[in-house]
Amino acid sequence: MPSATLLRDPRVVLTALLLLAGLLVPLLANNFQISFASRIVVWTIAAISLNIILGYGGMVSFGHAAYLGIGGYVMGIMAFHGVTSGFLQFPAAMLASALWALAVGALSLRTRGVYFIMITLAFAQLIYFVAVGLEAYGGDDGLTIYHRSEFAGILSLKDRTTFYWTCFALMLGTFYLCHRLVDSRFGMVLRGSKSNDLRMRALGFPTTRYRLTAFTLAGAICGLAGVLLANQTDFISPAMMRWTASGDLIVIVVLGGMGSLFGPLYGAIAFFVLEEYLKPAIDLLHPGWGNYWQIIFGPLLIVVALYARGGLDSLFGRSTMGARRG
Amino acid sequence: MDPQLTLFFIQGLNGLQLGLLMFLLAAGLTLTFGIMDLVNLAHGSLYMMGAYFAATFIELTDSFLLGALMALGASLLLGIVVETIVMRRLYRRDHLDHVLATFGLILFFNELVRAVWGPAGLGIAVPPWLAHSIQLLPGMIYSTYRLAIIVVGLAVAVFLAVLVTRTRTGMWIRAGASNRTMIGALGVNVQLLFTLVFGIGSTLAALAGLMAAPIVTVQIGMGDNILILAFVIIVIGGIGSIKGAFIAAMTVGMIDTFGRAFLPDLLKSFLSNSAASTAAPALSSMLIYLLMAGVLVWRPTGLFGARS
Repeated sequence: MPSATLLRDPRVVLTALLLLAGLLVPLLANNFQISFASRIVVWTIAAISLNIILGYGGMVSFGHAAYLGIGGYVMGIMAFHGVTSGFLQFPAAMLASALWALAVGALSLRTRGVYFIMITLAFAQLIYFVAVGLEAYGGDDGLTIYHRSEFAGILSLKDRTTFYWTCFALMLGTFYLCHRLVDSRFGMVLRGSKSNDLRMRALGFPTTRYRLTAFTLAGAICGLAGVLLANQTDFISPAMMRWTASGDLIVIVVLGGMGSLFGPLYGAIAFFVLEEYLKPAIDLLHPGWGNYWQIIFGPLLIVVALYARGGLDSLFGRSTMGARRG
Repeated sequence: MDPQLTLFFIQGLNGLQLGLLMFLLAAGLTLTFGIMDLVNLAHGSLYMMGAYFAATFIELTDSFLLGALMALGASLLLGIVVETIVMRRLYRRDHLDHVLATFGLILFFNELVRAVWGPAGLGIAVPPWLAHSIQLLPGMIYSTYRLAIIVVGLAVAVFLAVLVTRTRTGMWIRAGASNRTMIGALGVNVQLLFTLVFGIGSTLAALAGLMAAPIVTVQIGMGDNILILAFVIIVIGGIGSIKGAFIAAMTVGMIDTFGRAFLPDLLKSFLSNSAASTAAPALSSMLIYLLMAGVLVWRPTGLFGARS
């Protein structure tokens, strides 16, 4: 489309500004802010993966944090045994997450609605308890990672800025992948199956296969986010795949706007900025009350669920960047 | 009596007690789920609030029974308030909205408790008149308090069975579970029915919470993990089915208790001691989720599920 039209969409302008700000972070920000930005970027990648199946595919997976955990654990366990090469860790983590997602998807896509929500949750809990039972890798207490991933001496994630750049590049790559995916024939079938599965089947599309492929791909991408998360915190523990973490991911995606390409970015920024700055903001109004920020955040979620289904993305009106809804 | 056999019986009673507690939680959940088609993640918060209310009222009145009754009343009231303010607006929405909004409620209640009662856990003492053990069989001694939980749990189960299958309200509830629109058209006040069912569910959750309180610590988020188990139970049993919830709760209670009691010894034969004691509880928890996955693959709407 002509660039003039593109620029009239506030969402394009905002996203461009946010990405530009993202590029400037390592130059202008202090260490804490770089870490904070890295966290947002990593969770954005995880949220993009959930958005593919939740936003575009209509599959409410309530166990998405499991893939974060699997990615993290594969990386952590390999590092524990002295395998620190990212060339091995990253593919292994993504493969493990993808395989688990394939198995979970194959079983849970047989069910619908609330049963789907619950079975994905149950499988995530299963993985959670596997991690709790891994005595050799810290069990409930988790495992400290002493060596971050490094890529044959060319690139080491030890350095805070390098780590940020790596995550940022991977986030851009994931956005590009998601963009190409949802506008492709595959994406059309996925979105079609969200709005009317029966009709898509009648048209001759084996929709379950498409949905399963999307589910598996989302697992792999979330596994990537898991490796990055483990690198960022230098630590893995079952807590990273508690069911509340899956809830947080859903919140990020819905807050940003389901089925919107850049929604996960808006959502992650809003979520972590609220988490980080709502506390001091309340403290300013009434010292000491900041600790109770979730008393505000909780009802905020209810309001979003009730009145702002399109999330932040819908503030900008109808999208020009491809169809938003399936 | 053979000590192994005694241990087996005692663990059986423990499993029964855990199963009944979870049944109380699951019964309310399966009713709200079945009738209003509402995914209520905040059900665990009512469990937690029941325990906190009980801790406060028991200290206030210096009587376990009176405090517990006041806590139940307060929870019923709280349930009605939550239904009127939040849940009522959610019935027509889809499940994702339910998940999001009730997830928000969990955060709200957890923080509210932190603000009102403080971050440290509370304890409720077992009432003196139940704080001893009795001999059930020669050589088999069991805590009176846990026995009381079993009695109350069974009584509530019978009460619910009678309520659902023998009364007019129960008829509305069953009719609501199979076709909401139709009973509305037949002149039943659906709004009132929903509020009533939600209130009953909240009270049952609070009852489970306050009865569990003397055994576990009363703490923030105490309802979150047991809530997931309650969900597993109602999904196994089939959404909307009290009978299914009862059978599934018993099964889950037994698997969890026996898994924790006997798996460590079993695992020790081929694992180190410390590895076995970590792996056993994890394995018994995993068994529950495997059971659920198996049931759903076999019967996608649960054992006694009415509709998909």
